[in-house]
Parts: sequence; C-alpha cells; structure tokens
Amino acid sequence: MMNEPALNGMAYTERDRREPLLRPGNSNCGGCGMSNLMQMLRRAAADRELKMVVPACCAAVTSGGFPESAFSIPTIMSTFASAASVATGVAAVAQLNGEETRVICLAGDGGTYDIGMGTLSAAAERNEDILYICYDNEIYGNTGGQRSSATPVGAATTSTLRGKQEGKKDILGIMAAHRIPYAASISLAHIDDTLRKLQFALDAKGFRFLHVLSPCPTGWKSEPAMGIELVRLAVRSGLFPVFEVFDGERYLINVEPEFSAEALTMYLALQRRFRNTGVTEESLRPSIERYWNYLRLMSGRIVPARRN
Amino acid sequence: MPVELISANHAAALAATLAGRANRTARGFCSGVYPITPSTECMEYLCGQEIEKGKVVRADSEHNAMGICIGASASGARSFTTTCSNGLAYMIENCVAAAGYRLPIVMSVANRTLGPPWNIWADHGDSLMMRDLGWLQLYSADNQEVFDTVLCAFKLAEDPRVMMPALTCMDGFILSHTMAQVEVPSQEQVDRFLPPTDIPQRLDKSAHTLGQMETPHQSVVHRMQHHQAMLTAQQVYAEIQDSFEEVFGRRPADPLVTYRAEDAETLIVSMGTLGVTAERVVDQLREQGQAVGSVRVRMFRPVLDGDLRKIFAGKKRIAVLDRDVSIGFGGVLWGEVRGFAEPATIVQNYMVGVGGGDVRPEHMLTLLAELEQSHESGAPQIVEVA
Repeated sequence: MMNEPALNGMAYTERDRREPLLRPGNSNCGGCGMSNLMQMLRRAAADRELKMVVPACCAAVTSGGFPESAFSIPTIMSTFASAASVATGVAAVAQLNGEETRVICLAGDGGTYDIGMGTLSAAAERNEDILYICYDNEIYGNTGGQRSSATPVGAATTSTLRGKQEGKKDILGIMAAHRIPYAASISLAHIDDTLRKLQFALDAKGFRFLHVLSPCPTGWKSEPAMGIELVRLAVRSGLFPVFEVFDGERYLINVEPEFSAEALTMYLALQRRFRNTGVTEESLRPSIERYWNYLRLMSGRIVPARRN
Repeated sequence: MPVELISANHAAALAATLAGRANRTARGFCSGVYPITPSTECMEYLCGQEIEKGKVVRADSEHNAMGICIGASASGARSFTTTCSNGLAYMIENCVAAAGYRLPIVMSVANRTLGPPWNIWADHGDSLMMRDLGWLQLYSADNQEVFDTVLCAFKLAEDPRVMMPALTCMDGFILSHTMAQVEVPSQEQVDRFLPPTDIPQRLDKSAHTLGQMETPHQSVVHRMQHHQAMLTAQQVYAEIQDSFEEVFGRRPADPLVTYRAEDAETLIVSMGTLGVTAERVVDQLREQGQAVGSVRVRMFRPVLDGDLRKIFAGKKRIAVLDRDVSIGFGGVLWGEVRGFAEPATIVQNYMVGVGGGDVRPEHMLTLLAELEQSHESGAPQIVEVA
C-alpha cells in the first residue's frame, strides 16, 4: 500500500527517509488518509530527528500491540486530552539539552477540536516548539464514528443518525487567533503544496499547526480507493480551503478553487454519510461563499468568491 | 547545616529545586505547575527559582501540568509538581498514565477537602483517592520531614528496582502554611545524595512506543511487575535512610513512626499531623498510668503489613484515626490496617478532623476514654470536632 499511484504518482526517492515513518503491517484501514499523510511526512522529514506524541485516536491503534510498533520513531501514547502538554515536556527537555529533535503531535479531530482544545490552546499561547498535526476524519473514528465538532453539517454519524445539524468548527481561524508562527490546511491531493508545507512546518520554530482533511472510508462510507479523489473534490468545490496563515496575520490562499457545483455534488454523492440527510450542493453553497468572502478579506485577494 | 525558617510548601519546593539542579549533568529538570489552594506557594516558589538546565512550565490546568511532567520525565528529565483536592481529581487521569509509564515523577500534595461544597481545609480524601493507582505515598508531620521526604522520594522513585511516581503529602494549612525551622543542605550534598537520574524507558533513539496497546496477558504481567516493584520500596527506603544519614548527618523519619508503642496496651494509629497530637496525648495518658502508644503511618503505599502486624501484636485496643471518610464504608486507613490486628484486639475507627476540623488533644482523650470502656469493636464513627 505504500507509494501507490493514487498519490499523484508519488514514488520513493533517495531523498526520502530511509525507513518509512509508518511501517508495513500497521493496523490502519485501507484508504486511511492518515496513512497517506505519514507517507508524505516521511519524505518531508527526510533525515530529521523526530519524536512523536499520539493521544487516544486511530493513530494510537495504528502502531499495533506492545512490544512491536508500526511507528519507526520514538513515540509516546498520551491520554486523550494531553498531546500538546506531553509534547511541551518532550520539547522543553530537548531544548534544555540542545537537541535538534522535532517534536510532532499526531492527533485526530476529537483530540484536537474537542477534548484536547484547552491543551492545544495553552500550548499555542505559550508558543511551544511543537509541530501539531491534526488528521481530521470528521468523526470519532476509533470508537466507531460519532459526531465531533469537526463533523460537517449534514453528515450522518452513529450519534447523529439523521445528519449533524451544526457546522464544522473553524479550527484554523481559532489557531490563527493565537498568533502562532504557522497554521495551514493540507490537501492530500495537492502533493507539492503538502510537501512544501510539511517541510516548512518541520523547520519552523515555535508552535505550528497543520490541518489535514483525512478521508475515512469506514466512517464516510466511501470507497477506500477514492480518498484522494474526495479530497480533490472538496478542494475544487471550495468546501475545504487550502491556505496558510503566518503569525496569525498574513493569510495566503494556496489553491484557488473553481467552486464547481459538479465537484460538490460528486463529493456528497460518493459518501453514504451524506445520503438522506437533506444536505445538497445548494444547501452548502451559502456557507462556502461566506467563508470564502472571509478568506478573501483576510488574504487581501480581491477575487470573486464564485466564478461561473 | 544552615537552618531556614520556611513553610512546608516552600520546604517541598526547595527540596525539588535542589533535586532538579542535581540532575544538571544529565537530562535536566522540567516541571509543569498550576496553582491551587493550599499548594499554590509550592509552585510559586518553584517558579521563582533559577535552575540550571531546568524549566518550569506554567500550565493551563492540573491535567496538563501532569502531562508536561510526563513528557519531561519520558524524555529523561527529573520532574516534580504539586496540587491537591479538586486539582488532584482533575489531574488524576494523567496520574494513572504516569504510573503506567513507570515514570519517577514526584508530587507534593497539601491535603485538602474535595468539593463542592467548597472547603479548603485539610482532609486526606484527595490523596487517598490515588490509593490504587501505582504511586508511592508518604505522609509527613512537620516541615523538616516534608523537606527530607521530597528528597528521599526522588531517590526512591528513581531507584531502578522501584521506578514509579511518588506522592509526598502534608496536611493543608496545618503544615503547608506553617513556618518552621528546616535544616537545608548544600547543593553539593544533594548532588552526592541524588545522582543523575536514568530512566531506561525514556524516548531516546530507538523506535519504541511508550504506553501502546497491550493484551490482557501483557497487562497482568505489567501489573505484577509494578506491584512487585512497589513491594521492594520498603527495603529500598531503608537503604535510602542510610545513605541520607551518611551524606546529611541525620536520619530521615521511618516509614512507620512508633511512639511508646512497644509496651502499650492501647495504640493510636494515624497519618500526618494527627500523629503529632496523638503523641502528646500518649504522654498525658502515660502520666496518668495508662499504657498508651502511637503509630504514625508515613508510608501508606506500599502498605507495610508485616511491620504493622508486629506492632499490633498483643495489643488490647487500637484506635484508628482517619482524617477522611470513605462514604458507605468508614475510614480508609482503618479499612487498610484493621486486618493486621489480632482477632482478640478491639479495633475502633474514629473519623476525626474530616473537612479540616481542628483535632485537639482533648478530642482524642475523650475518644480514648470511650474506647477503654468498650468490649468489642464497634462500627466506624464519624466524630464532630468543634
């Protein structure tokens, strides 16, 4: 499953880290966006020394059972709400000892948007030297797919059978408001942009936050092979904006969507979680436009929100 | 040795500071702290210290204060924090984790009543909540003991045979805010007593994962190892007392502090500052010709069953004083130790000073007078003290 053609032809090169960060034999579902992310992170990280903190989430299962581990770097499994605080301690001791170790939090949306929000906010406010990556599958995946505050409107989950009524929390807006050095969203379908951001975030100092839309065939009720395509549709339709924010002030839009109605319709149609919940391309359009108007304002790019 | 006039909170923080500096030649010191009455002065003192290769992170909650300690300790640093009461309750999930990773973190608790209804006064119910979590537990009765116990707790927790977190407890306000003389050793002496810490499971170069999933048969082995390691703590503590005496020229208090207990017919068993009051009461009753003695339980975890059995042997009556209530059961200490008494011994539980009530000698005298009249063990009694 490594280096599959679906990753825009991403292939192993001599610049990659010799050993994969996520080893074969891990327990991820087929088509898991986090697997793709770990593969890209492997290339971006190259030879950098890494340590990882993983709170309760799918990645806590990924490594498999003691004493073997599918992660090829020193890793600590923290309690659900504690990734950013445990990483604070790890990063502080690395700094006290003059080590170049990059400390990464790999957390799901539940541990980021919900239970770990206070911890995340505090570590960002202290500007700890941590790269926090949220792989967002928009549900509590580990427990079988319940609603989180990252679940989008209209998505059926095991705790919102008729579809979630509320919209998705604006995590990048929240992180940008902390004036952290770097916050960005990552599209697994845009590999050059992703690699550039991962490399930048790995080398930057202070608190960096990356938001990754992570397809979850199990929870989204979608085809495993369609994950990257679903992300591309989410980007094309404007549903998942790909942008970065420097120091909480400078907004930069990285991928200009075509706001395609067809893409949005396909995005909804290819996932059974949106079936029979009443959510449509038309019903989502106003909130997409509203968010893009806000992004235009913040980025200073005077481009109409919608092009027909 | 120079003597300083400091509170028990400051004594704990000063001991942690000296211990932290003693690890400067290794991975350093890192601590996450958060304020709560009556432990606040301990974290404030720590925040005011310059610690070479040390960092004190001002966390956003007790839960994350322990999270930071976990990250620091898992990276090989010496780590310390302080909290109590609801702060400890809020922190407790990460306390479970710290024990599970077997990290030698030391925590000072200024015992305080759990709320709401809010009450800031001394009660042992907070740290006793941690009874079964795999933390060592030590209770002190004066400021010097608090200072010595924190230093000893680092050495005990970091001993490769033990390797687990330790709780050092003091009664909130009664001790935490009382100024008393404390003999403070030099950094050079502490360096000799506490060599650089080595945490073998720390995140280093190898790609191992700390705290990952395991199966039931692996969990039972890990619990067994943890249990066995804690049972060695009494022997290791005895060795630590020897090396403490060698370096500092005085001996830290025993795990069980007995007072005129050997020839006593009636024993008072207690923890923390209640034990100091009990010793006064013993003196008064001895003057009146009554054979009374006291046992102060300093080491609550591991439980010292063998020694307690020996001390309890042949006693007519035992009064167990608890500054806590296990609702629907009785005193926690009573529940732990009553089984170590002989069948013929009358063991009576009095829960006194619950919620911080001021327990004075006259209260204990009344209870003991009542006990002298009894011919069998009664139900646990919650005693109001005015």
